[in-house]
Amino acid sequence: MKSTRIFIGAAIMLSFLFASCGNQGTNESSKSKGALVSSAAEKVYVAPGERDEQYAFLSGGYSGNLTVYGLPSGRLFKEIPVFSQFPTSGYGYSEETKPMLNTSFGFVPWDDLHHPDISQTKGELDGRWIFVNGNNTPRIARISLSTFETEEIMEIPNSAGNHSSSFITENTEYVVAGTRFSVPVPQRDMPISEYKSNFKGALTFIEVEPEHGHLDIKFQLLMPGFNYDLSHPGRDKSHGWFFFSTYNTEEANTLLEVNASQNDKDFIAAINWKKIEEYVNSGGGTKMPANYAHNVYDEATHSATSTMKKEVLVVNPSEVPGAIFLLPTPKSPHGCDVDPTGQYIIGSGKLSADLTVHSFDKMLDAIAGEKFDGEAYGIPILKFEDVMAGQVKSGGLGPLHTEFDGKGNAYTTFFISSEVVKWKLGTWEVIDRQPTFYSVGHLMIPGGNSRKPHGKYLVAMNKITKDRYLPTGPEMEHSAQIYDITGEKMELLYDFPTHGEPHYAAGCDADLIVQNSKKIYRLDENKHPYAINSPAEAKVVREGKEVHIYMSTIRSHFTPDNIEGVKVGDKVYFHITNHEQDFDVPHGFSIIGAGTSEILVMPGQTKTSLWEPEKVGVWPFYCTDFCSALHQEMQGYVRVSPASSDLEISWSLGD
Amino acid sequence: MKTASVSMLLGSVLILGLFVFPMWNIRLGAPQYPEPLGIDIYINGLKGEAEFDIQNIDGLNHYIGMKILPKPEDMWEFTVFPMVIMGMSILGVLIAMVSLLKRISPNWFLFWFILMSILGALGLYDFNQWLIEYGTDLDPNAIMKLVNPDGTPMQYNPPLIGHKKLLNFDAYSYPRLGGIMLFVGMFFTLLAFWLGKRSLKTNL
Repeated sequence: MKSTRIFIGAAIMLSFLFASCGNQGTNESSKSKGALVSSAAEKVYVAPGERDEQYAFLSGGYSGNLTVYGLPSGRLFKEIPVFSQFPTSGYGYSEETKPMLNTSFGFVPWDDLHHPDISQTKGELDGRWIFVNGNNTPRIARISLSTFETEEIMEIPNSAGNHSSSFITENTEYVVAGTRFSVPVPQRDMPISEYKSNFKGALTFIEVEPEHGHLDIKFQLLMPGFNYDLSHPGRDKSHGWFFFSTYNTEEANTLLEVNASQNDKDFIAAINWKKIEEYVNSGGGTKMPANYAHNVYDEATHSATSTMKKEVLVVNPSEVPGAIFLLPTPKSPHGCDVDPTGQYIIGSGKLSADLTVHSFDKMLDAIAGEKFDGEAYGIPILKFEDVMAGQVKSGGLGPLHTEFDGKGNAYTTFFISSEVVKWKLGTWEVIDRQPTFYSVGHLMIPGGNSRKPHGKYLVAMNKITKDRYLPTGPEMEHSAQIYDITGEKMELLYDFPTHGEPHYAAGCDADLIVQNSKKIYRLDENKHPYAINSPAEAKVVREGKEVHIYMSTIRSHFTPDNIEGVKVGDKVYFHITNHEQDFDVPHGFSIIGAGTSEILVMPGQTKTSLWEPEKVGVWPFYCTDFCSALHQEMQGYVRVSPASSDLEISWSLGD
Repeated sequence: MKTASVSMLLGSVLILGLFVFPMWNIRLGAPQYPEPLGIDIYINGLKGEAEFDIQNIDGLNHYIGMKILPKPEDMWEFTVFPMVIMGMSILGVLIAMVSLLKRISPNWFLFWFILMSILGALGLYDFNQWLIEYGTDLDPNAIMKLVNPDGTPMQYNPPLIGHKKLLNFDAYSYPRLGGIMLFVGMFFTLLAFWLGKRSLKTNL
């Protein structure tokens, strides 16, 4: 009796002791670091086991993919396949994902990915999706930030060189895609020299369905045949407007290097999209025949479908008077950036030394006063002096892109003078300048393209690497630098190589995404038509010349792993369901001689690999991911008989 | 005496916490499981701390030939234990009610406490037997057959209470809120006995 009491007493004490240890240790990383805090190394050092503060999504440019990095460490976490086939996961190779790369030109397994933009609500990043554009064969993609998978790709008709894209309005009402090249609309056989006044520049407003993010082209604005370079939405007070920078207002069709650099001023086109939306909602616009692909990946079926759309609604500027204005902006502006308050539109005349800042209020006044300086194809041109708020005498050369810290400062990249310049909004005075290595294109401040920048770091993405890293032959990765922007002066912290060619980036605080990031796909939500609920349902079915193998993977075997009755000339579909429900336990699959990549199947997912055996024999397949201690045992055989064989299909495991 | 009865009442009701909260918990952490796998042991069955923990523990255990974790219908304990606890709670409440209405000997409280302690000890003994059986009754065709330095087969039973190293896993076994409520409830009934005794003395 006494001993029981002692035991129970001890148990109570133990249990309280245990219960009270739960919360310790969570504040380790936030403890004060004392006087040494100014060291750059310490600022970017993320100790083993600790995690970065922010996500950075860097475009992969000609890799066609999006890369995910951590800030401040510059560590690469993931490459998300978007417009390019990606053998690492089987994206664009698996039967389920091939439709994602379908276009009106057929299967296009590559693109040039440029400008990521994170979804917003009320002008603040909400971390639900990230939108990116394919520049070459015009496409817009939406990527889920819970699965980090590309969920949707919309081809853009009447567009060519989809460059002034994929920027979103402040409640993610629209993702906007503007054409860089003007082209005949509709496309037709005509002399190139008749470009002037015949070619059009399509600016496309793609509606984003608020719950699932599904894309649908609301309207296309057929603008004059300029080149539309970059764009940004108005925000806060200027919400409802969209701004596009233009070059080649000369409408040259050859040697643009010279011929498109003649006008002293090109334009920033200001577009009141709310007004055009109203016009369209009340039946305005013309339905035009078109042919473009809309590809949607369904998380439940783990499969994509591609639908060809046959119509697009087009609007000519002259149909909606008072909705579009041109703001003269010096020297072929590239960046067209709107500050967090929505008041200033910054044009970076890439051939000049100075930045031109337009005032939204002054623009509205000029429009109200109808103070026009002529027109271009019926679109009123505002007077430069009437809309300009100020000019930043930068002392640099070749301004490209500006982002903001939310504290009244702007940061502009200068390609030619290879530097980032910090200046003050309103006074236009230059506060600081730091060199970049070398020839910076774009920069990114997490949230720097929203009402509330998460300003702490600035990432400069450079076009030229030269001697920054150990040499790797003529071709190298690009280089990026991270600067601390919390102080009056910018401080260079770190330098890291980036994959592909990052043209642009988006970033945000980690908290916005971490909680929503999925760990597994649930088997009980798997609606793939060839999925099986358990290994017991595994089977092999012949349908004429097609053989469908409903295969299961779980550590550490395939079910089935011996298959006979396959014949030369068959199309063999391996439909592989990963029955794991444990975080980070993928299984892979490939078979000898397969004319495709492996597939990497995440827990709860089903993916299909097509194999067309050409040789009689017994051919092995294996798990391509080191899944467990018995990964090396995770293998199987397919017996391939001559086409004339009448061997029946059979399969087994463990017999 | 009234305080003693209330303490008895509180104690016997508190043990009903076992119907809501897990009694015990076994957690398995390993280098590749920074978020440990956990089994919450309820009075009427086992549940994973995270949704798929049971399935994942079974998946790992198949390498060393352990049986899969029992479902409620596989063990009589998961049917009998709830009845015992419900019965003891009703008995305790009855004793407390009677003592509120008329003077009864505080030895009733002690009687309840002793009975509960015996049943509790039996329960713990049974639980420990299950842990041993589960950790030692291994499939002879297991993928990994490990032996101790002395050549005897390695055993994988988690500890009844405390920590034990099982291959790459650190197993931790401790009471959870349901179990704590049982102990606290029992403490209150013992307190009731002591308070009752004291009030008898002061009244004399």
